[in-house]
Amino acid sequence: MKKNSNITKGPRYINPYFGGILLGLLLLATFYIAGRGLSASGAAKLSVVTIIDKIAPAHAEGNAYYDKFIPTDDSSPLFNWLIFGAIGTFFGGMLSGGIYGRLKKLRIEHSPNITGKTRMIAAVVGGMLFGIGSQFGRGCSSGAALSGTASLSFGGLLVMALMFGIGYVFAYFFRKLWI
Amino acid sequence: MGPLIPQGIITGQWDFVIALLIGTAFGFILESSGFSSSRNIAGVFYGYNFVVLRVFFTAMIVAMVGLLYFNYLGWIEMDMVFVLPTYLAPMILGGFIMGLGFVIGGFCPGTSYTACAIGKLDGFAFLGGFIIGVFIFAEAFPLFENFYYSGYMGNITIGEVFNISNELVTFIFVIVAIVAFYVTWLIEKKVRKNRTESKFE
Repeated sequence: MKKNSNITKGPRYINPYFGGILLGLLLLATFYIAGRGLSASGAAKLSVVTIIDKIAPAHAEGNAYYDKFIPTDDSSPLFNWLIFGAIGTFFGGMLSGGIYGRLKKLRIEHSPNITGKTRMIAAVVGGMLFGIGSQFGRGCSSGAALSGTASLSFGGLLVMALMFGIGYVFAYFFRKLWI
Repeated sequence: MGPLIPQGIITGQWDFVIALLIGTAFGFILESSGFSSSRNIAGVFYGYNFVVLRVFFTAMIVAMVGLLYFNYLGWIEMDMVFVLPTYLAPMILGGFIMGLGFVIGGFCPGTSYTACAIGKLDGFAFLGGFIIGVFIFAEAFPLFENFYYSGYMGNITIGEVFNISNELVTFIFVIVAIVAFYVTWLIEKKVRKNRTESKFE
């Protein structure tokens, strides 16, 4: 009986294969229009560059990594395709959450076996690792793994295979966070 | 014909409007598929919810096959489509670190945007961590600048590395995806028997 109540009250999501087809068509359209795929991490990276460039411009220009992303014509690094894409991603998520009734007050989602605090720490640590890893990987799950592999980039395939593969390797050690 | 922007068929003024629209569709698809929940995403590593694999692999083969046909029909100039360059060792390290971040944090950057959008504080925590991570990377960059640029192989494709045609590569991906869909469906059925909940919001 419990199972039935879960089905009727369960979260409303679209069929994952249907979602995949939509995402694939969107990716194809993006290649057709822009000549490149989807991305997510680039916007957060450019935000960091902008903040550092505002606070300590000399430091930013002296650092070979920040300097790569500071436009030479004195325009803001935020005036970029990636930033507008990320703003869209945020609103698209909000739109879907609103339609399906998931747009609610601020909350922490975590497994009942861990506290909200543990979940927040794990999320920060995971984010930090992604922040570092995506710079070495030349993109994250969107830019390198999905768009890279879809355009048949060898590097994209490497990033995708390692990202999932290493996730499985370490899944056992972090199982308490999830199950 | 395509790609439209690199060929100048759509002019630069429309860039940001298009980026905003594409981003909106991206966010909508991610959220409505269930990617605003880290517990749904992490299910791929524990066998209780393979939504990540289903959406990701389906999207990948649809786009791959689509590009192949677009190229065949002459709708897109493949030389103008960006192929992510390969830096062998740095990308292996990057994938490794991201895999670890994935199983600890339960999000990737794109999915964390949608989690933030519907009010998940753990999404904001992940994004905050991401920003700290980029900052650490950039500040430490002089220490490993040489490594960062090492192993450069150019904009090389999978087919070129293994000396097979890109059509064959695409075909292999489609077969692997279909097998993966079936196997993970079996695993998921078995794992879900011992759980009361497998889908979250």
